[in-house]
Amino acid sequence: MATAAPPPSTAAPAAATGAANPEIVMRGIKERPTGWLSWLTTTDHKKIGILYLVTTFVFFLIGGVEALLMRLQLAQPDSTLLEPRTYNSLLTMHGSTMIFLFVVPVLAGFANYLVPLMIGARDMAFPRLNALSYWLFLFGGIAFYFSIFFTPPSGGWTSYAPLSDDAFLPDGGIDAWIFMIHLTGLSSLVGAINFTATIHNMRARGMSWGRMPLFVWTVLIYSYLLIIALPVIAAAVTMLLTDRHFNTAFFDNTGGGDPMLWQHLFWFFGHPEVYIMVLPAFGMISEILPVFSRKPIFGYKAIAASTVAIAFLGLLVWAHHMFATPTATVVLAFFMLSSFAIAVPTGIKIFNWLATLWRGSIIFKTPLYFAAGFLSTFVIGGISGVILAIFPVDWYLTDTYFVVAHLHYVLFGGSVFAIFGGIYYWFPKFTGRLMNERIGKTSFWLMFVGFNMTFLIQHSAGLDGMPRRIYWYPESAGWGTYNMISTIGSFILGIGVLVTLVNVVYSVKMGQRAGNDPWKGNTLEWFTQSPPPENNFDIIPRVRSVEPMKDIRREVARGTPPAAETVAQPVTTGST
Amino acid sequence: MFRRAAPLLGALLVLLVMAPSALADALSPDSGSGSPNAKDIDFLYKIALALGIVIFLLVQGVLIYSLIKFRARRGGPEPAQIRGNTTLEVSWTIGAALLLVVLTTVTFIYLGNIENPQASKPNAQIAGLQFAAVGQASVPQGKHITIHVNGQQYLWRYDYNGQGASQLFSYHDLYVPVGITVVLRITSSDVAHSWWIPDLGGKADAIPGHTNDTWFRIDQPGEYVGECAELCGENHADMRARVIALPGDQFAAWQARQSADIKKAQAYLSLQRKVRGEN
Repeated sequence: MATAAPPPSTAAPAAATGAANPEIVMRGIKERPTGWLSWLTTTDHKKIGILYLVTTFVFFLIGGVEALLMRLQLAQPDSTLLEPRTYNSLLTMHGSTMIFLFVVPVLAGFANYLVPLMIGARDMAFPRLNALSYWLFLFGGIAFYFSIFFTPPSGGWTSYAPLSDDAFLPDGGIDAWIFMIHLTGLSSLVGAINFTATIHNMRARGMSWGRMPLFVWTVLIYSYLLIIALPVIAAAVTMLLTDRHFNTAFFDNTGGGDPMLWQHLFWFFGHPEVYIMVLPAFGMISEILPVFSRKPIFGYKAIAASTVAIAFLGLLVWAHHMFATPTATVVLAFFMLSSFAIAVPTGIKIFNWLATLWRGSIIFKTPLYFAAGFLSTFVIGGISGVILAIFPVDWYLTDTYFVVAHLHYVLFGGSVFAIFGGIYYWFPKFTGRLMNERIGKTSFWLMFVGFNMTFLIQHSAGLDGMPRRIYWYPESAGWGTYNMISTIGSFILGIGVLVTLVNVVYSVKMGQRAGNDPWKGNTLEWFTQSPPPENNFDIIPRVRSVEPMKDIRREVARGTPPAAETVAQPVTTGST
Repeated sequence: MFRRAAPLLGALLVLLVMAPSALADALSPDSGSGSPNAKDIDFLYKIALALGIVIFLLVQGVLIYSLIKFRARRGGPEPAQIRGNTTLEVSWTIGAALLLVVLTTVTFIYLGNIENPQASKPNAQIAGLQFAAVGQASVPQGKHITIHVNGQQYLWRYDYNGQGASQLFSYHDLYVPVGITVVLRITSSDVAHSWWIPDLGGKADAIPGHTNDTWFRIDQPGEYVGECAELCGENHADMRARVIALPGDQFAAWQARQSADIKKAQAYLSLQRKVRGEN
C-alpha cells in the first residue's frame, strides 16, 4: 500500500538534499534481500504473480505428461502398457493437478500481477497475506505430489465416497489429496479475500464500478465464488478425513451416513469451481478482443452483468452432475432448467465478443489468435453443455467420453486458450520484451489442430458407449480408431504447448524490447513501465472512462499532460 | 497467415466430423435394436444436436467472416467505435431464451416415454414366469418382471424374485424374455457403481443404501453388452455386464436349468458342510 516505507535507497538522497524536501530519517530498516532470497521473502504482488505463473506452469506440464501417458495406454484396444492401479492414479493426479494446481492458481497468478496495475493501486490490500496465499498453494502441491513416492491417490479427482473411504482405499494417497484440497483451498480463500478487499477499496480516483476493466470484474466475481464454494469442500474433505481415520460415518450408509451427501457437497463446490476456472478467462478475452479489434468492447454492461448472472446461477446447478443418481424427477427437472438458464448469459457474452470483432480493424497478433481460437472452441463446449443438461439425454451421456470431451472444450478450449492468449498479451508487461510472433503462431496452430483432433472425436467415442476412467477396452468394442486419432492429436497438442514454452525461454532474454504499451492497450497496466517498478506508478492518472489509456494517448497527442493524482507519493520521483 | 489457413482449417474440421460419421451412430447415441427408451433418448438427442448445429454454424460463420472481412488493411476503413446496441442485445437474449423454451418443451414431451416403463408386447410369452408381478400402477397392463440388480466390486448380481432369499439369481449375464418389460431395481453393496447397457437406454447409478430404478424392453432376441460407468476401484474397466434376450420358451428353459443348478450347488454345499462338521 501507499503508506509503506520508501526503500532506503531513495530515502538517502532525499535526506541529503535537505532544504528543498522535508527530511525523512529512517532507522532500523533492513537491507532488502536480493537474488533468490528476494523471491522467498517478497510481498510484491508482481513477484508473487510471477511465482504463481511459473509454479503453475510446472504443474501444467506434469499434468500434461500424465494425460499423454493415459492417451498412450488408450491408443489401442487390449493395451497392457499401464497397470490398472497406475492408470487410476494418473487420472486422479491429472484431474486434480489441472484443476487445483493449474487453472485456478494460474488465474490467481494473472490476477495478482494485473489487478493492482489495472485499478491503479501500488500493491494488493494485504501484501503479506498475498505471500501466504502463494506459499500455501505451493506446499499443497508438494504435499500432493509427495504421495507418488508412497501410494498416489486413485479415487478420481472427485474422490467419490464410499470408494474414497478407508475400507476401499486405505492407503495415504487419498489423505494426500485431502491435504492438497485443504492447503490450496485455504490459499485460494485468503487470496480471494485479498482480491475483494483490493478491488473494493483501492481503485484509482474516478474508477467507478462502470469504469472497471472487465478482467477486474471477473476476478471480483471469481473471488466471491471462491469465498462461497471453498468452505463447503473444506468441510466435506474434513468429514472424509474423520470417516477415514476416526470412525465417523458421514458418508458410510452402514453407519447411518449417506454416500449421496458426499456427491452433493462435492458438486456444490465442484460446479461453481467450473465458473471459478472460466470467468477470469472470459475477462482476459474481454480485454484482448477490443485491443486487437481497435474497437471498444461491445456491450460492457451486458458482459459485466452476465458475469454476475453466471456466478449466481452457477451456485444452483450442482446436481446436474448427479442426474443418474436415485433422485426425484422434479429435482432433476429443476437442475436441468437452472443449467439451461446459464446458457443465456453465456450466449450473451459470446455474441458480444463477436460483435466486438464486427467492423473492427483486426490486428493479427498471437493473443488475437488465441482469443479467436477460444471463441471457436468454447462455443462447442457450450453447446455440448446444453445437450448434457437435458437429463434424460444425460442418462445416456454422463460418465462417458462425451463428458470428457465437453469438459475439455470448456476448460482447455475455454480457459487454457484464454490463458495462453493472456501469456502472449501480458508477457511484454511482465518482462519488457515481446514474445516471438512466428513461434507464437506456430504454437497456436499446433495447439488448435491438436486440441480439436484430441477432443472432437471423443464425443463420438462417448456416443458409441465408451465410459470414462476405464484403463482398457476390448477390440470388439470398436473404439480403437477414435482413440488412436485422439492420442495422435494429444501429442500434437503437447508439442504446441512446448513450442510456447520455448518461446517464453527464448523471448525472456532475446525478445524484441516492448516499451510501455506495445499493443495500444486500454487499461492502466500499460501506463507504467515494462516491467513495472516496485511501486507500480509514480503518478496515478485520474480515470475518466472505461478505457483510461485511450484518453491518455489522446491527451498526449493534444499536448496536454495527463491529469495526475499525486496523493501519497513516496518522496520525490522526478529525478529518480 | 490466418487467412491462408482458414480454408485448410475448415476442411480439417469437416474431415474430423465426416470421417467418423461414416461409421454407424458416431454422431448420436446407440439405440440399435434395443429398447424403446433408448430410441427416445436418441431422438431427443438429435433434436438438441440439430439446434446446437444451427448455433455452431452461426457463431463460427460470424467469427470466420469477421476475421477475414475486418482484418486491418492499410487505407482500410476506420474501426467503428460502437459501444453497444440495446435492441440487438435484448433480441439475442430473448432469442437464446426462446430456444431453451423449445428445448424444455420437447424434453418434457419425451420425458414420460423415457422414464416410465412402457407396456410389454401384447403377444409376448411369459408362460412359466411364476414371478411376474401383477397390478403395479407404474407399468401398464401389469405384465412385467422386476429384477433386483446389485453392484459389487467387480461384478453384477441379478436376483429374479426379491432381494435375499432368492431361488433364482445369476452373475454377469442377465437373461430376460423378449417383449416383456423388465424393471430393474438397482443398488450396491460396497461402493458406487453405475448400471449401463448403451443399447438399452440410460444409466442408473448403484449407490449403497439407495435403490435406483430403470427399465428396458427388448423386442428381438439378442445380446447387449455394457460395463460399469462409475469409477469403482482398480478393476472398474473389468466390471462388465451382458443382457441376453431369449424368446419366452427358451427363457423358461434357462430359468428351469438355472434354478436346478442353484439347488444342486446348494445341496452339494450343505452336504460338504455336514461332512466337514462331522469330522
